[in-house]
Order: sequence, then C-alpha cells, then structure tokens
Amino acid sequence: MAAALLEVQGLVKRFGGFTALNGVSLSVNAGERFGLIGPNGSGKTTLINCVSGVLPVNSGTIRFDGREITALPPHQRSRLGIVRSFQIPKPFSSMTVRENLGIPLEYAGAGRAGAEGSADAGEILKSIGLETKAHLRPAGLTQIEMRKLELARAMAARPKLLISDEAMAGLSHTEVDDILAILFRLNEQGITIIMIEHIMRAVMRFSERIVVLDAGERIAEGTPEQIIRDPAVEKAYLGE
Amino acid sequence: MRRPGDALLVGLVVIIAGIVLAKLRVNPYLYFAGYVILQYVVIATAWNILGGYAGYVNFGTPAFFAMGAYTAVVLIQSMRAPLPVLLLAGGLVAALLGLGIGYLTLRLRGTFFSIATLALSVVLQTMIMNWQYVGGSRGMSVIRPSGPPFGSYVTFLFTVMVGLAVIAVLAARFIERSWIGRGLAALRDNEEAAECMGVPTLRLKLFATTISGFLLGVAGAPFPYYVTFVEPNSAFALDYAVNALAMPMIGGTTSWIGPVIGAVLLGSAQQLATVTISSEMNLFIVGVVLVAFVVLAPEGILGLVRRLRGR
Repeated sequence: MAAALLEVQGLVKRFGGFTALNGVSLSVNAGERFGLIGPNGSGKTTLINCVSGVLPVNSGTIRFDGREITALPPHQRSRLGIVRSFQIPKPFSSMTVRENLGIPLEYAGAGRAGAEGSADAGEILKSIGLETKAHLRPAGLTQIEMRKLELARAMAARPKLLISDEAMAGLSHTEVDDILAILFRLNEQGITIIMIEHIMRAVMRFSERIVVLDAGERIAEGTPEQIIRDPAVEKAYLGE
Repeated sequence: MRRPGDALLVGLVVIIAGIVLAKLRVNPYLYFAGYVILQYVVIATAWNILGGYAGYVNFGTPAFFAMGAYTAVVLIQSMRAPLPVLLLAGGLVAALLGLGIGYLTLRLRGTFFSIATLALSVVLQTMIMNWQYVGGSRGMSVIRPSGPPFGSYVTFLFTVMVGLAVIAVLAARFIERSWIGRGLAALRDNEEAAECMGVPTLRLKLFATTISGFLLGVAGAPFPYYVTFVEPNSAFALDYAVNALAMPMIGGTTSWIGPVIGAVLLGSAQQLATVTISSEMNLFIVGVVLVAFVVLAPEGILGLVRRLRGR
C-alpha cells in the first residue's frame, strides 16, 4: 500500500447557517484513481474547492505530500502539485490554446517560458489531441475541445494530483470514452487522479476506490463493486 | 523592435526630439497644449496597466492625479522642493494609495471595485477641500521657480512631460511583455483559474495598482507649476476619470500602444475643440467618440486594425 498523497481530516465548511461539509475525512494514495460521487448538492465541488484552496475551511486539516497545506493560497498549492480542472470550463479567453498552457507552464511548472514552454505545450496538446487547435481562441472550440483544454492546461501545471471536476458532463458516449482514455493515460504516467463525476459508467470503470458524499457527510467508501451494492448509497440517490 | 535595447533607443530619440522642439521656440501655445496631451499619455498608460492588463476598471483617476498634485503643493509650500523631488514624492504618495486600493480587490471585483475607486476620489476631494494648509476649497497660488532651462517654464515642463511619457510607456511595454503581463492577462480573463494555475493573483494585482498609482501621481506632480493656481475642482476634475478610461478604450487596451494612440488622438481633438469651439466641448467629444467606439469597435483602434488585417 502506497503512502497517502492527500489526507483530509475532519473538514468542516459552512456557508452562513448552512453546513456544506460536516467533518469529512478521506485519504488518497499516491498513484491512485479515486472517485468522488454523491447526489447534487452533496458537497463534492465544495470539497474540491477546499482542497484546491479556493475556499477557506472552517475547521479540519488538509495534508498533501506530507505537508500541511490548510492555510496555503491556491497558487502555492498548485505549485506543490494539486491541480484541478473546472466543472464549467474557465479558459483564458483572450489567449490562444497554446498561450493558455503557457500560464501554468510559466507559473506552476518549473518556470518554463519561451521556447522551452512552447515545446512542452506542443507536446501536451499533441498527447491530448488538440495540436491542430493550438492557435485558436477558446471561443472557437467545441464543448469537448473545451474540456480537453481544461485537462491540457491542468497537465501543463505538472500535477502530482489532478482533480477532474465533472470533465465529462454533457458529453456524448464516445466523447466520454475519449476523456476517460486521456485520464487513464495520465494515471499511467504516475499522476494521482480524483474524479468527480455523475456519469456512473465512467466513475465505476475508472476508479479503484470511491467515496460517496451525501448532504456534506461521507456515507460510504469502497471499491466500485462495494459501492453499487451499498444500501446507504442507494438510499442517498433514490430515497427510501 | 524585438530587443529591449531598441525600445530604449526609440524612447531616447523621442526625448531628444522633445528637447529640440522646446529649443525651437515655436508658438508658446503649442507647448501648453502639448503638455496636456503628453500628460494624458502618462495618465492613459498608467490607467491601462490596471484597467487594460488586469481588467480592474479604475474610476478614481482624479484621486491619484490630485494626490500627486497636492503632495507637490505641500512640498512647495513647506520647503520649495525642486521638481525631481516633487515628481518622486507625488508618485510615491499615489503609489501608496494604489497599494491601498489593491487590497480592496480582495473583496471587490468588477463594478464594485470601480464604484469604490469613485468613492475614494470623492472622499479625498472632500478632505482636501477642508485642508486649509493647501488652500482648502478656495485653492492656492503657486509661484514658479525662476530661471527655467528652456526660456519659459511651460516649455520646460513640456520637456519634462515628454520624459515622463517615455518612461511610462516603456514601463507599460516592459510589464506587458514580461511574466507579469502574462499573469495579469490570465487573471483578467479568469481570476480563479489563474490562481489555480499558479498565478499569485493578489501579488500581481497589488503590483498593478501600485505602479499604476505611482505613474498617475507622477503625472499630477508638475500640475501646480503648470497651472500656477491649484484648487480641488481642477485637480480632481471629472475629465481625468473619463479621459483615463476613454483613451485606452479608443486606442485599444491590450497593448501599450493603444493608450498612446488614444491619448494623442483624443487629447489633440480636445485641445483643438477648446480653441476653436469652446472649452465645454471637451467631454462632449469624448462622450460621443467613446459611445461610437464601444458600439462599433469595442477593441479600439488596435482591434480595428487587427480585424482589417484579417487576424
């Protein structure tokens, strides 16, 4: 069993009187393919926002790679290796696809600007199948290309842990397979991946281990087979 | 102009041309009008570092400009400080104010940030109006130092402004092409995504507000010697807020040359209108041109050129 790369302990996040996360703990091992599921509003994205540093937490600790990061701002966490893609793609719209990758290459990676960065960007775009779109602005991309750009940009930050927040929502069957193949390949390169997804077919196929959230609490954890048979999960999704 | 040395060279040539022009002693009005246009090159360029590169629209330009001007008034009053000291001190005080509004960006984005900067301008104007040492609301006369190097003092100030404009434009160009400019563009496009991609957004925003404030203050510092009578309504004039925003928008906000084009075109048109029609035509012209550009060419003249080239 590999050491834990990400360790979340007793995370609490409140928005006013509403408790979005109520003492959630989980740990993700290095190299793991980890699934995070739960009904709408169960706190998945809030959890990711806390892990990536976009939202401050009310209590609890987050450790990454043996280091406590609970109070670090997002840009420092991304430099340590926690990189996320966004549920609704957030490209840098005034830049070309290649320039979009240039930002994380220069800022989050090893400071690779100029020719070096450009070569890296080319390589990443090629591996993800966007090389012919390198000079387009994001506005000229299709839905799936936009999702791929999100992933490509995240890869350019040289992540140790990639958090994929609903990278497949709204895509067709073959497009989902396309993104899945990319994520599998990244995992083979040694990148730990947390997948948040509503498309059960994709999560079940991809994940080695799954944690289920419901109403801000962790209700189940296990392999995909265990999760499917878990009565608590069934209740959370379908009711009594 | 690929090498950084080339830009410096062009800047130097512009400064020398300015000095030669000053030596020529053409119609004195030209220096008087030229000063205002150059002052707007500095103001528009400074505004664009924050508004164009970082996407934070500052309506409070008069606050920064007047900080420079009134810092100069205080230093002239208390110790008759020389012009270089006025420029530096005016810039630093405005830079400090810039750093302050930089921290506002933590909580205020978009329109709310703009409203706060507008409020800042009103608050500062009220404070100055009630500060008798600098003349309060009645204003104060300032006596120019004697024996300027270029005949008349306005001609001398004209050459100073040429230098300041060159420095401001070179600074903006350097920022735009450096890692700072790329980071600012990223946070302008999407602040959350930029932060998650390793861009230290707060630090870059503080840098942008501070440097923008500094240059606006520097632009205001020679103002007391230029007008020789400083009062709050002229130092905090609405013109600065409107022009600072209109000039880069008309020229194009994404490149250093945009604000320069906008300032020269609009500034000249205003000066021309002031002489030929009436001084009240100033803002009317700006208003009409700005509306036309926002509707027809939202990316300014640079955007138009780019579109015509088919890029």
